[in-house]
Amino acid sequence: MNTKIFLIYLLLMAGVTYLIRTIPLIVFREKIRNRFVQSVLYYMPYAVLGTMTFPAIFFSTGDLLSGCVGAGVGTVLALRKKSLLFVAIAACLAVAAVKGLELLLR
Amino acid sequence: MGQDFQKGIRDGIPIALGYLSVSFTFGLAAVANGLAVWQAVLISLTNLTSAGQFAGLDIMVAAGGYAEMVLAQLVINLRYSLMSIAVSQKADAKMKTPQRLLVGFGITDEIFAVATGQNDSVSTAYMTGLMLTPIAGWTLGTLLGALAGNILPALVADALGIAIYGMFLAIILPPARENKKLFVIIGAAAAISCIRYFTPLREVLSSGFTIIIAAIAASVLGAVLFPVDTDAQKEEGSA
Repeated sequence: MNTKIFLIYLLLMAGVTYLIRTIPLIVFREKIRNRFVQSVLYYMPYAVLGTMTFPAIFFSTGDLLSGCVGAGVGTVLALRKKSLLFVAIAACLAVAAVKGLELLLR
Repeated sequence: MGQDFQKGIRDGIPIALGYLSVSFTFGLAAVANGLAVWQAVLISLTNLTSAGQFAGLDIMVAAGGYAEMVLAQLVINLRYSLMSIAVSQKADAKMKTPQRLLVGFGITDEIFAVATGQNDSVSTAYMTGLMLTPIAGWTLGTLLGALAGNILPALVADALGIAIYGMFLAIILPPARENKKLFVIIGAAAAISCIRYFTPLREVLSSGFTIIIAAIAASVLGAVLFPVDTDAQKEEGSA
């Protein structure tokens, strides 16, 4: 790709993304005392990650079966309070195992 | 100062490892679509976002308009505004405008989740450390993916696809065991997302916009059903 055009795209992408992240951080400087707003902000991480995880996790590996097995393994280990890294790697290994079996049985 | 920074670096390591796999797939896709290795790496270093970068790559490859690029990034990444508001509430008193200009660069889904999950307020040093390891992981993963090209077996690439979601589960499920109300919030958010995914709504609603709608709807539902007591929130802490 033409370097000049690429750099214009890059500037637009990075610029917009940076401003979206930074402006609210500058504007909302005071502690928010409103209980409703506090509650919304408290629940926000769970809502965002819940939306991003489901149903995407089931389709993240290219086939539904391994995606479901990986999601199951991840869920059980996360509920047992294993670390982020442990859960992520175990889910990957579970997916690889299912895919390997699928290849063998084909 | 030094201790906060080191803790940030440490807390960032699992995020960085999760990012390695996702950015690896971005590097693969960018080069497969005709971008140079340095271009793929530069996009990751300056954007630090998954959905936005994949969409931006599509627009570049299709030679889309500049306005389209701006609008797509705005919609897909608008959720970061909500996260920035939440992080601004966790920031300690010493975080002034220059520090906020720095910290703003690193607001991602995972960094936001870890930062707002801290019991106490967060310092600039902590946030800087918490950004640095993931930025390194995100950029390095892109470089490796761009270099690896097509030599990586499909099985390995596919298996890596689930890493980021495994990490998400490990962030949201442990606190939900302690506070069962969180299952309602997570369930509501997941339900909205599934409705969009499995119906024709998918044609009209982008994934970025869906995140905004579902995140606001589910957290407002939580605020209405289970208002948080400010003091109780502090005790529950790590949630």
